[in-house]
Amino acid sequence: MTMMAPPAAAAPAAFLVRRRRSYYWFIVPALVAVGAVIVFPWLFTLWMSTFDWKIGTTAHFVGLENYYKLFVSRRFHEAVLHTFYFTALAVIVPLVLGTWAALIFHREFPFRGVLRGVFVMPMMATPVAVALVWTMMFHPQQGVLNYLLSLVGLPPSLWVYSPTLVIPSLVIVEVWHWTPLVMLIVLGGLAALPTEPYESARLDGATEWQLFRYITFPLVAPFLAVAAVIRTIDALKTFDTIYVITGGGPGTASETINIFLYLQAFAFYNIGDASAVVVVFFVIVLALALVLLYVRERAKWQ
Amino acid sequence: MAIAHEGGGHVAVASLPHARPALPRVKRALRRIGFWLSVIVIVSPAILVFLWMASLALKTEIDNIAYPPIFIPNPPTFANFTSVFEQNAIGRYLWNSIVVSGLATVIALLVGVPAGFGIARAGAKKLTVLILIARMTPALSYLIPLFAVFQFLRLNNTLTALVITHLVITVPIVVYIMAGYFETVPRELEEAALIDGASVWKTFLYVAVPLARPGIVVGTILSFIFSWNNFVFGAVLSNRETRTLPVAVYNVLTFEQLAWGPLAAAAIIVTLPVLLLTILIQKEIVAGLTHGGVKGG
Repeated sequence: MTMMAPPAAAAPAAFLVRRRRSYYWFIVPALVAVGAVIVFPWLFTLWMSTFDWKIGTTAHFVGLENYYKLFVSRRFHEAVLHTFYFTALAVIVPLVLGTWAALIFHREFPFRGVLRGVFVMPMMATPVAVALVWTMMFHPQQGVLNYLLSLVGLPPSLWVYSPTLVIPSLVIVEVWHWTPLVMLIVLGGLAALPTEPYESARLDGATEWQLFRYITFPLVAPFLAVAAVIRTIDALKTFDTIYVITGGGPGTASETINIFLYLQAFAFYNIGDASAVVVVFFVIVLALALVLLYVRERAKWQ
Repeated sequence: MAIAHEGGGHVAVASLPHARPALPRVKRALRRIGFWLSVIVIVSPAILVFLWMASLALKTEIDNIAYPPIFIPNPPTFANFTSVFEQNAIGRYLWNSIVVSGLATVIALLVGVPAGFGIARAGAKKLTVLILIARMTPALSYLIPLFAVFQFLRLNNTLTALVITHLVITVPIVVYIMAGYFETVPRELEEAALIDGASVWKTFLYVAVPLARPGIVVGTILSFIFSWNNFVFGAVLSNRETRTLPVAVYNVLTFEQLAWGPLAAAAIIVTLPVLLLTILIQKEIVAGLTHGGVKGG
């Protein structure tokens, strides 16, 4: 018996290892594709960022000069500030509204399915098309938004034509677009909530607000954190909306890093400079995502 | 909140009738009105923007710039749509979009479904981190190197270049959704097939894939939609002949200054297919997005 045992045990183990290895073959084609269109561009960008290269001229190595130029570029500094301002608003507002919407759609009411479908539609709509419609709505003379303001007795606004209002106005579009995504994530969290804490809290006479503040909110906090990370990444990367509605204007008042990057690369064809922007941009996105993930981990342990 | 109502109601009424007196009828009615008001506040921006888009597209130019605005087209006109189709080769751009998003999705399925299977079964969850980082990278940063390479290969302004670039969007979506979906597919049937002597490949093809069909449907549609919606790749890598629909729509803006009707009509032409897909499989999309939080570009 003892003589028989080792081969009998070894056979399935070897079989499992072989099978495990054969599963890896399934991943190879995707790895090749990802390597070609994703990893290769990363490396190429890193390499290009150390060259002075305008399309149509010969490239020559300049070391970290492209980075230094960015470091002292006032226009780039402003682009970074615009990006942070835009991102802060475009994360916080959808988080608040999305949570509110999730609390509503978590309840049972007539037409809930249909209304939820309608609410989710903006998220799937083509950003360029939606941006065009908003461009028309923002128009100071003939736009419908100023008409709506006049209905409630408010003075007309310049919206995206005002250097100070342009970023908040663009945030409105972003909020309209992406609040549904936050709602869906939080809704997923609400669906997983236990019922017992509510029952006992109600017996103790807790108000609706107390139920939300002390039970619902802490329990869905991890989902809010996920939504915050996703929203931050997406808000930093926003391009279509800003490019179509303002193109970075008026002047450079709404020029974010992404718009700055686009102009460097595809209006001025400074591939070297643009590559350096990409690297710095990526570091910013990664750093913010890591900070948020860290906060999320901390929130989990408390 | 709904849960608390169902669960707590009986207990409270039975044992503590005085602790939670029944709300007076007026107060309850007010609550209900408040609830429906918040439903309206939350949902109406979504619907109103689309309705305004339709209204602009169906009115004459004179009505479109009238002040105060005219909301309901009377009578509705399809002139804007015909003018968009006549003055821009919209049919061709529609075809370009279908080819690019279709091929990019098919290729993504061919490499992504097996990859999702492999990742789920080999327990190689760490590979999805690569996908996450890919999602974090701004789309523009892929564009610069690919633009340079396509320039070198003389592929710029071809649909081939666009299809390759759109893989940046479609492959991560499909891999991510499929890896998650195969995790939820029970392995017993596969084990049985393997014991009966089927190869791992055959098991995948004839057992796992049919079971994962709902996941494949969601992956296909989301990948197609986010590829369809992409603007910046087409804006850089295509010309008059090869541009995709969103790029063509953007060009209506630059060429016809403030011709609102045609602009809105063009916007509808590009968004309508996506919205129809969304409505058709609303439940699946909601489930897919709630799970993964996936978004393209």
